[in-house]
Amino acid sequence: MTRLAPVAWRLASLAVGILLVVLWQRIADARLIPAVFLPGPDQAWGSLVGGFASGTLLSLLLATVLRMIYGWLLASLLGIAIGAAIGMSPRARAYVGPTLELLRPLPAPAIIPLAIAFFGLSDAMVLGVIGFGALWPMLLATMHGFSAVEPRLYEVARTLGLSRLAVVFKIALPSSLPDILAGMRLGLTIALILAVVGEMLTGQDGLGTWILRAARGFRAPDLFAGVILLGLLGYASAEALAFAESRLLRWRPRTR
Amino acid sequence: MSAASRIPIGAGGKAVVVPVALVVLAELAIRLTGFRSDSVAPPSEVVVAAIQALTDGSIARATGETLASAFGGLALGGGVGFALGILLGSSAVLDRLLDFSIETIRPVPPIALMPIALMVFGFGARLEIAVVAFAAIWPILILTRAAIAGIDPQLIEVARALRLGFGARVLKIVVPAILPRVFVALRLAAGISIIVAVTVEITVNPVGLGYAIMIAGQSLRPALMLALLVWIGLVGWAVNFLLLAAERSLFGFAQPRARP
Repeated sequence: MTRLAPVAWRLASLAVGILLVVLWQRIADARLIPAVFLPGPDQAWGSLVGGFASGTLLSLLLATVLRMIYGWLLASLLGIAIGAAIGMSPRARAYVGPTLELLRPLPAPAIIPLAIAFFGLSDAMVLGVIGFGALWPMLLATMHGFSAVEPRLYEVARTLGLSRLAVVFKIALPSSLPDILAGMRLGLTIALILAVVGEMLTGQDGLGTWILRAARGFRAPDLFAGVILLGLLGYASAEALAFAESRLLRWRPRTR
Repeated sequence: MSAASRIPIGAGGKAVVVPVALVVLAELAIRLTGFRSDSVAPPSEVVVAAIQALTDGSIARATGETLASAFGGLALGGGVGFALGILLGSSAVLDRLLDFSIETIRPVPPIALMPIALMVFGFGARLEIAVVAFAAIWPILILTRAAIAGIDPQLIEVARALRLGFGARVLKIVVPAILPRVFVALRLAAGISIIVAVTVEITVNPVGLGYAIMIAGQSLRPALMLALLVWIGLVGWAVNFLLLAAERSLFGFAQPRARP
């Protein structure tokens, strides 16, 4: 049974997914849960189609995607640069590393009040919070990646008389790329969450604001449409990065 | 800094230098420039605000609210995740059949479900527990499933030789074998639960530490706000530390290479 072709399994598992949606439709139709709270998939789909047809959902989706990507790029740049700077020097690692490990588990949204005090309820605030919150996986991954570089590679660099910058770009960065990419994937997930939270708090246009307003107005179909869209966004961004990762790391022997 | 130089130059001493230097520098910079602002406060005032909030019980109450919701959600979501993980880990057929559904639901950011929970439950602990529970399901489910896949095949053979039924096999063989790894998942999920709980409080739910820090910021009390920020960090750190200690004392024998 388990020797069925993978394609058949994919199809079967897709069928189960469809079955669950049908079940959802039945539950909604039977009014087992009040329709105010649980609209059927048909209603959510209708709201999704209507929203895209009028163009509002597309522009909201774009706003959220851009916010997420800008914040994530900012966090990636900062994280990799700081991580590289610390990772290159064992002394910096000994002094700064523990402080960073201490800061890492801090819930990123907890700095939102501080960011609001500095930037107000603005786009810059949201970007700053994403930049800070999504920074840690990249920073720590780069730091650890740099410190785990095969020492003989550094010896080779010394023999070749490479400059410090050349060592970073030709040896340290490529060899810690797997760590960094894994960190960037985690960072993107955090960036999406923080983008949504930031929108909800600042009321800027985006899916986060939209679903919160839909909930406050008891417009359940709109709300479910927005949540489905955010789920798709989370899925698509994770898949895109996993694809990029497998492409960029093709030269490496498979470890798993 | 005599304090730093007295400490023998070890990892601990080096670790302390930077935070201490930063705090002293911040204090000096704010004192010397006479800088007043609604967004920052000198560390000494933060300490005063922290002591005040600790003695009047407001921090204790807020911490209790946050932790109750976080652990309530963790228990609920963790229970669901554990049960699903055992089911999917024990049955390859079920695992493959549900693969698509789970991989589609899992990437939904927990915070996106907050408006739904808000609409259904209104403000309060139930809203927060529901969102935390959703977030806590996944790490426990995935690591439980992975732990079952990693069980020594000989143990499964023993179960088969003893002709144990599904229930007995799970209770007597599977659960004891995966418990150390599930506990690691639990610690991971506890950290996530606290983060999600605070996030829900900051965003909509008017209880707990997240709400307290938002109010401190909005009422322009930067010292209290920063004190709460440090406190939230400490709470997360303390929970992780306690669970790590429990892990070592409970399962130290089983997991020599348990990763932090």
